[in-house]
Parts: sequence; C-alpha cells; structure tokens
Amino acid sequence: MDTFASLMEGFSIALTPINLLWALCGVTVGTAIGVLPGLGPGLTIALLLPITYKVEPTSAFILFAGIYYGAMYGGSTTSILINTPGESASIVTSIEGHKMARRGRAGAALATAAWGSFVAGTLGTLGITFLAHPVVEFALKFGPAEYFSLMILCFVTVSAVLGASTLRGLTALSLGLFFGLIGVDLQTGQARYHFGILELLDGISVLIVAVGLFAIGETLHLAATKKQEDDVIELDGPVGMTKEDWRRSWKPWLRGALFGFPIGAMPAGGAEIPTFLSYYTEKKLSKHADEFGNGAIEGVAGPEAANNASAAGVLVPLLTLGLPTSATAAIMLSAFTSYGINPGPQLLQTQGQLVWTLIASLFIGNVMLLVLNLPLVRVWVKLLKIPAPMMYAGILIFSTIGTYGISRSVMDLVLLYIVGFIGFLMRRFEFPTAPVIIGMILGPMAEQEFRRAMTISNGDMMIFLSKPISVGLLAIALLALIGPHVWSWFRRKEAAA
Amino acid sequence: MEIERKPALAHVAVACGVLVLAALSVWQASEIPPPVLQVAVGPAVAPWFITIFIAGCGVCLLFVALRGGWAREQDGTITEAGSLVSILLGLVVNVALIDSIGFILASSAMFPFVARAFGSRRPAYDAAVGFGIALASYVLFDRVLGYKIGSGLIENLI
Repeated sequence: MDTFASLMEGFSIALTPINLLWALCGVTVGTAIGVLPGLGPGLTIALLLPITYKVEPTSAFILFAGIYYGAMYGGSTTSILINTPGESASIVTSIEGHKMARRGRAGAALATAAWGSFVAGTLGTLGITFLAHPVVEFALKFGPAEYFSLMILCFVTVSAVLGASTLRGLTALSLGLFFGLIGVDLQTGQARYHFGILELLDGISVLIVAVGLFAIGETLHLAATKKQEDDVIELDGPVGMTKEDWRRSWKPWLRGALFGFPIGAMPAGGAEIPTFLSYYTEKKLSKHADEFGNGAIEGVAGPEAANNASAAGVLVPLLTLGLPTSATAAIMLSAFTSYGINPGPQLLQTQGQLVWTLIASLFIGNVMLLVLNLPLVRVWVKLLKIPAPMMYAGILIFSTIGTYGISRSVMDLVLLYIVGFIGFLMRRFEFPTAPVIIGMILGPMAEQEFRRAMTISNGDMMIFLSKPISVGLLAIALLALIGPHVWSWFRRKEAAA
Repeated sequence: MEIERKPALAHVAVACGVLVLAALSVWQASEIPPPVLQVAVGPAVAPWFITIFIAGCGVCLLFVALRGGWAREQDGTITEAGSLVSILLGLVVNVALIDSIGFILASSAMFPFVARAFGSRRPAYDAAVGFGIALASYVLFDRVLGYKIGSGLIENLI
C-alpha cells in the first residue's frame, strides 16, 4: 500500500473519539511532566508501562507518543521561565529564552517556542511518513549479521559519542548489559544471573531500572546537593509574537528542523547536538548578533525547532528498524515487546495499521499541543509553583505504584531503591544514565542476532566481516569510538612539537 | 613533563565498585551450565563477553582514578547529608510498612521524610498531603487503570 493511503487509514483510526481522547491525555500529561523539572518522558512512560496489560496497543502507543511529544513542548516553558531546563535538550533554549523572559519578553519567547515546536514537529512527522517505507525497504536486506553490527554501532554512539566521556559512557552501558542478562535466556531457557533469588528469574524490568535511575536517583541527587530557590518569572502581558518576531522566527524554525530531524534519525540520536548546532548557526546568521546573550528570539526559535524535530527523528529507527536511540525510545520498544509485537523492519507489514495510526496521531497531537501551549500556557505556569517538598515526595509515591503496584513484591521495591542509589552515585560522579536503559533493552536483542548470525555461518565469526553492510557499520562504530581520541592525540602532539 | 597527580579516593572507590560488578558477573557467568543441545552460541558466551567488558571498564576507571580522577563539570559535593539520610529513612519506612498496613498509609508515612529533605518543617501537614496524594493515586491507578496495588487498612475501606 502506498504511503498516502496508509496514512489516511491511520487517520481514520486516530480520529475516532476514543483515540482522540487518548491523544489528548497523552499530550496533556506530556506537557505537564515536561514543565515539571525532574520528571521526563522516559520516566513517565516507564511508570505507565503496566497499562499495556489492559489497554489495546493502538491506544497505548497514541498515549505514549503524546507524552513524548508533549514533554518537548512543556520543557521549553520551564527553561524559559525558570533557568532550570527540565530536559537536557532544553538547555540551549534557556540560554536566550530565559534572558528574553527577564527582559519582559516571556510571552514572545513562549510563543516562538510553541510555534517552532509545531512547525518542526509537523515537518519531522512528515519526515517519518516519507522515510518509513524506504528505510524499511533497505532494512529488509539486513540479515542477522548486519543487525548485530548496527546494534554495536548504536551502543557505541549512545554511550561513547554523545556523552562527556567515552569511558564513563561505556561503563554505564556495561551496567545496562549486565541488567539485561538477568533472567531466563530466551533461546535455551537457561536461567542466568539470578543470584539464587527467585524474583530475579523473570528478569529485571525496565520499569524498575528506569524509575530507579530517573526518579529515585534524581531525587536523592537533588536532596544531597545545595538547593537554590528558582524564581519563576511572572508571565504578564499577552503570549504572542509581533510581526517582527514572526519575521525573525520562521527561518530559524525551518533550519532547526533541518538540523534536528536527520541527526535525530541517525543511530547516534540525541537532541543535544542539533540544538547546539542550530544555536550557533542562528548566532552566525543573525542580523541581530549583538542581541545573542541578551535574549535573541532566533536563539529560542531555532533550538526549540531542532529539539522537536530530533524527537520525531528518533522515531524513525525505532519504528523501521526496532532500534532505540534514546532512553525514552528504548522504553517504548519494551512496550512493543510486552504486547508480543516484534519491532523491526517487519513491523510496518505485520502491524502497519498500528504504525500508521501512531504517525497520524503524531500529526493530531502536534495540533493539540499548539492549542495547549499557546492559549493555555498560564495553566502550566502554575505547575511551576508546586513546592519542591510536595513534588519530590509525590514522585516517590508514583515510583512505589509503578513497582509495588504491579507485583505487590517488597523485593521489587528494594530492588528499585538499590537501582536508585546506583543512579544517585552515577549522577554524583557524572556517568550518563541513558546507556544503562539502552544496554538492558538492546543487549539481549543483540545477543539473539549474534546467535542467529553464528548459526547461519556455522560458528564462523568472519560472517560479520565478510558482508559489506556489516563491515561498514562496524568500521563506522570503530571510527566513532576511537576517532575523536586519535584526533586529539595528534592535535596534542602537533601542539607539543 | 607530565605532572604526577594524587589518586582521587572517591573515584578509586567508584572504579572498585565497577570491579565488584565484574566479579559478580564472573560468579554468575560461571554458574551457567553448558547447553544440553548443540548450539552455535551457548547461553554463557554473551555473559563472559560482557564480564570482560565490565572488567575492562573497571580497570580503565581505576587507572584514571589513580592518576587524579576524571574531570568534573559540576561540584558534586554532598552538602546536605542530613537530607539524604532523611530520604533514605523514608524509603526504609515505606519498605517496612507497605506489606502490613498497605500502600496508602505507608506512603503517608514516607512523605514527611522526603518533604523534610526538601526543606519542609511541617511533618503533620506533609503526612496529610501525602495521604491525599496516595489516596487519589490509589483510586486512579488501582481502580481506573487496573494496577494491582494490593490491600491495606485504608484500601479495604474503599
């Protein structure tokens, strides 16, 4: 079926009242958690994973996708009004956005962020729509060896390339791979890494690890370090843009989307790189370069657009290859598996209706988000006034529901707190946490592909080096891993000479 | 000339923690029996590979830690040890009480400990707020969304 017809069918399902309601729930919850510092889409979707036992897949994914997009919109409100970005991807927005708010231009900053998110989110979703079929066509040529190599590339980029330190990223990944080994081996039925504890035979759920790292670890970290009161800038005056603002915003939106979508869609994923790229490009191109650093609207418009477009981009490898390139994507992937749906290139064929409905609901969600974030922005600002003691204590209650509330096992709660304490130490010593989640989800998948490839080759490791696509992917992975270090070594040598 | 740097003790401890993880991994990987059926790659292959990977990371971290530790972006010094202890106590209270008196009351008991860590000094008020939040989320998750939070003193009354 061609793309347009599939998408129309998706719209016909996404536009049913019940699914519209799920989308509305998703974008509302998403905006709220995006606004609240300390809560992110990964944590929220993890806490809601258990609804997959009760709700049908289409509705659950519409909800999750709404939360995912909504959090990107909500995050900008926080980074503009208080200087604490709720999401790492919103750091750049806060540079100029907060300055604008301080100068009494909060309304314009919020408006350009919302419109920019809408434009980029819609362009990004169009990108998913048109890339889905070609990427799947290409991916269907992949055998187990190519898949394994692709996963290795993904491991390297998410842990070694994106973070501040290769070594700490890889260590975080190794912890995730360790978690992934716990439980019963899918192929042989062999129990592994259970330490003689009965509860561990079922494996350790991504819910426990995600909530432990993101909720418990974060709460402990914030409590342990010095707190400074964030003052929320009062939002007075209308939320909207002048003609001049529009004129200065539209090009950064489009450029931001152009940075965000392709980079988000690459196995490296991530929103940090495109938002920074967009910021520096706008700074270079702007006729108002002197305003940068004091609240230039281009510096909000571009990075916000890049941020949302990259969020859309991340869905491309997730939906076409079954490859999660961010923690949130990894958690969504585990939702597919909990429905018994096999993610991968065959997803578009076996679950075509689900995927197209999801894509259609992304378009719908974007429109809802524009309405939620422009006229109703004042409602969200009120959320920023929730006192910190209430908020973090509340987060711990929700964490209990997400774990004990599923299994009624105190063991799970203890496990959650242990992972939380590890998360606290990781935050304190600046280890990234996303590679843990990606490692534990992708690790067992990589093992399966490795075994399939080795079965085909009768145990000959050369299979990974004899196929052109596979060897190419491994070469890129190796280059990404050691390239920057070799480069800086040469630079230092040059400087010394 | 490279400057000789003092080992960073906290970082050495972190590296040792990773090596302990590697040791746990050795232990568990060696417990896996060989496969009964002939397979190309048995269930112990990936564990051993991952064990080597963890150990490699641990050794590299130890090396960096002994030479002064890794660069930090933020000052991660624990300034509020009391707050940290308060939260940990709250978690212990929750674990200890939840099976006997139920989710709602255990959460209400945990709430003031956590709130205290974030500067609140009104334990009774906090416990009441905690009760309200726990009650509302019990109704939402257990009754509406189908989670199974279990029974308890208050849960049995609703």
